Amino acid sequence: MSKEIIVCKNMDKTFETSRGAVHVIEDVTLNVHENELLVLFGPGQCGKSTMINCMSGLEPVTEGSVEVNGKKVIKPGPDRGVVYQRMALFPWLTVMGNVEYGPKMRGVPKKERRERAQHYIELVGLKGFENSYPNQLSGGMQQRVGIARAYCNEPDVLFMDEPFGHLDAQTRYLMQEDLMKIWEKEKRTIVFVTNNIEEAIYLADRIIVMTNCPTKIKKEYKIDLPRPRNYVDEEFLKLREEISTVVDKAL
Amino acid sequence: MKKQKSYIWILSILSVIGFVGIWWFCCDVLKLTSSSTLPGPVTVIKTFIAKLSSSAPDGATLPQHIGSSLKIALGGWALGVVIGTPLGICMAWYKKVDLFARPIFDLLRPVPGLAWIPLMIILFGIGITPKIVTVFLSAFVPCVLNSYTGIRQTKDVHLWVGQTFGASDTQMLLNIAIPTALPMIMTGIRVALGAAWTCIVAAEMLASTKGLGYMIQQARGIYRPDIIICGMIAIGAIGAVFSGILSLIENKIVKGVRRDG
Repeated sequence: MSKEIIVCKNMDKTFETSRGAVHVIEDVTLNVHENELLVLFGPGQCGKSTMINCMSGLEPVTEGSVEVNGKKVIKPGPDRGVVYQRMALFPWLTVMGNVEYGPKMRGVPKKERRERAQHYIELVGLKGFENSYPNQLSGGMQQRVGIARAYCNEPDVLFMDEPFGHLDAQTRYLMQEDLMKIWEKEKRTIVFVTNNIEEAIYLADRIIVMTNCPTKIKKEYKIDLPRPRNYVDEEFLKLREEISTVVDKAL
Repeated sequence: MKKQKSYIWILSILSVIGFVGIWWFCCDVLKLTSSSTLPGPVTVIKTFIAKLSSSAPDGATLPQHIGSSLKIALGGWALGVVIGTPLGICMAWYKKVDLFARPIFDLLRPVPGLAWIPLMIILFGIGITPKIVTVFLSAFVPCVLNSYTGIRQTKDVHLWVGQTFGASDTQMLLNIAIPTALPMIMTGIRVALGAAWTCIVAAEMLASTKGLGYMIQQARGIYRPDIIICGMIAIGAIGAVFSGILSLIENKIVKGVRRDG
């Protein structure tokens, strides 16, 4: 087995709110391998995004620890990129401006970061839109920019927090297909959160099924289906059936 | 769509022509009022042209009055923008600055610019200084308020993006919060210019020896409503031009935000 990039040990998270403590993550122990596409799959709103926030360093864990590449995660850093649900692009910057933002913050010289940004803009299929502003793009294109922006910073790990959650069904299929192509071309370690079972099986090397609030690991599936996968393939449907029965039905 | 747009201009011209037409009809045709209470547009235009070069009866020509008012209004406004905007930004971004400056600002804010004039006259006489300070105060408030609110509108998710890319606090202020706030800041600057312009005219009516407000006040004393209306036209026209220029600048600077949809 290849190298373990993310190591979460007994991760536990409780939020102190005005209405008392809310237990969100319960004792999650989880490893993610290099260039693996791991999907965190579960119902409802609770827990999965928080797990991403803990792993990316935006939120501290209450108990346990998170290590990325052998370093303990205490705050956000450029080695961990995040693609958010929506509206995370800077509306005052062009596509180019958004994609080159990460390298710019790290002081990469203009020429170099422009070249790199151009490469990733082309990778996500947005050649010709370099000088467009986000509000001139469709939802799917905006998410492509988000993916390019995260890639362009060349992080060790990419977190994707329901990046296609608000897209319409057609665009969503297309984006899943394209994400696969991008990932096949430039392999990265990706942790992908979704509550859509088709999406999970289509993308994942491994699916971690999470329970609802407080979230903990319910079951793990290794998906060995050949890529590109077919949504109506017999194996695919069987897996879908099987995983569906495991998931909490509670909302 | 494009064709409709070119015709729609006519509506704006119609409203102006209609307004002047009714004015002319009531005053010059029906003679509802005597020309010493409300003169018609013809008289006013004649006075306006004469006033461009004549300094009678108030001691200065219209351009001189305008120049005097403009100088003070723009000076006070610029001061308000240069001090108010950074203060608002700092108050919104740095908690300590907010705690320090807020009580004083909250006390000063409700005091209208004009209410400062009596104190300013006692302190500085009726020269340029009291008026600049007064104008400054009335321009300062919208600059602080708008930049403060603008910075506060920064989206959490944008700051997260900044953090995950390793941006420092200052970088996030400069690259994320200020661009977010820019439309609001520009609006504040525009509102401040309007406030400055209103304030200077009013201040000149109370204490001055020159300026549009002074001219109007003098004309009232000697029953020259035509000069009063000339002054009002100048005030209105200059105010509208200011607003137009700043809107143009705003559209140039603020990108990608305006056309939401």
